[in-house]
This record gives sequence, C-alpha cells and structure tokens, in this order.
Amino acid sequence: MTELGKYAGTVLAAYGASLVLLVGIVVQTVLANARARRELQEHERRG
Amino acid sequence: MSIWEYANPVKFMRTSGAVLPWVAAAAAVCTVAGLVWGFLTPQDYKQGSTVKIIFLHVPAALMAINIWLMMLVTSLIWLVRRHHVSALAAKAAAPVGAVMTLIALITGAIWGQPMWGTWWEWDPRLTSFLILFLFYLGYMALWGAVENPDSAADLTGVLCLVGSVFALLSRYAVNFWNQGLHQGASLSMAPGERMSAVYRYPLYLTMAGFFLLFLALLLVRTRTEIRRRRLAALLARENRA
Repeated sequence: MTELGKYAGTVLAAYGASLVLLVGIVVQTVLANARARRELQEHERRG
Repeated sequence: MSIWEYANPVKFMRTSGAVLPWVAAAAAVCTVAGLVWGFLTPQDYKQGSTVKIIFLHVPAALMAINIWLMMLVTSLIWLVRRHHVSALAAKAAAPVGAVMTLIALITGAIWGQPMWGTWWEWDPRLTSFLILFLFYLGYMALWGAVENPDSAADLTGVLCLVGSVFALLSRYAVNFWNQGLHQGASLSMAPGERMSAVYRYPLYLTMAGFFLLFLALLLVRTRTEIRRRRLAALLARENRA
C-alpha cells in the first residue's frame, strides 16, 4: 500500500473531490441520454 | 469522404454509436489505470505525497483549456457553415469543460495550501482559470436562457470567441506575467527541468484517459442533444398541423 505520510488528508481530499465530480458528470450524462432516447422513442411509437 | 459528412445528424448518430463503446472502454481503462498508477507512485523529496495530486490537476487543467478551444472551433463552424451538429457539440462539451475546470481549481487549492501556504492567490494563472470557469457557467446559462436554438447557438458562439482570450491566457499567463505563485509548464522538456519518468509516464496515461473520457462524454452528450432537437422538431410540426 502506498505511503501518504503527513499529507494523507490533502491527497485523499483531492482524489475524493475529483472522483465525485467525474462520477457525477458521467452519471448525469448517461441518465440524460437515456431519458432523451426514451422520450423520442415513445413519441415516434405514438406516431 | 469528407469530414462535413458528419454534419449530417443521421450519419453522426450511426458513426458515433459504432465507436462509442470502444472510446468509453479505452477511457475507463486509461483513466482508472493512470490514477491507480499515479496514486501508487513514491513520495517526492520536496512535496511528499502531495505530488500525487498532479495526476488529477494537470490532466483536468489541460482539458479545461482544450475543451474551450474545441468549443471555439465548433462554434466557428456553426457561425460560418451553419452545421447544427457542430453547434450541438459545443453545447454538449461545455458542462464537461466546467467540471474539468472545477477539478483543476479544487485540486489546485488543496495542493496549494500545504505547498504555498494558501488556498488561493490572485495569481495570473489561478485568476484566469477562475474567469474561464465563470465563462463556462455563463456559456451554459446563455444556452438555457435563449429559446430559439439557432439564436442561442449564434450568441453562445460569439461568447465562446470572447472567452477564448481567457482560455489562452490561462495557458500562457505564467509565461508573460512573472509575479505569480504558479510554476510554468509541468511537462517541460528543458534540461534539468524534465519530470522524473516515475511521475511522467502515469501522467501521460491519465492525460490520455481524461482526453478519452471527454471524447466519450462528448459523443454521448451530442447524441442526447440531437435526440432532444429531433423531439422538439416533431412536437413543433405537430403543433403546426
């Protein structure tokens, strides 16, 4: 396991905040795309 | 075959749908592998373990600037050639760029506190990055505020041109304003300034990972915008009938 020493809190805070933001934009992107596809498909099915 | 063929939404949807799984898989592999590799690198003799922040900070900052420049190119294509897909690609890229800028600002502040003794300084590069982030927010707000999509694309295109000054400033500010805390290029090739291979290779991998992640997100988000535009056009046609 890697040694973080006295800056453990600093490094973990940077990784934690970045991962939250990265995962957030990925999840928001996937959900928005799924919603747009579903709404368009439903509309085209109704004719 | 011409690049302008991809201005056709049908062609874009078909091609992007085929390449997307490969781009997404490559993005996941490079980003995860790069960040794990970076996290496991040894401590720096000066900066201790805070050097590991470079694997987030530098790729995010690089993408923050280059995403805006990509938006500039696609906005110019819209303004000159009126290709809707390029305007939608610029719109799709902005939230990803804003997140990358925010990551660069947050990791920079967290890194700066133990190394510089301050979370924030009105340093040329830090300040121009903050302004770039505000431009991203303004760009997204303008898209949301204008109802007519073509007018919104026109106005945001012009805003993108103006914001490009700050995108370039955030890249080159440290070179011509020498009073800041922020150092010059992280990946300098100058003798004696070259980063150790221990850190350089995982950094290259995370940079590739962040680029591929942006590309995957851009493709998905542009596809989303095309679907929304198609649905809006169908609804408008029904309302006229």
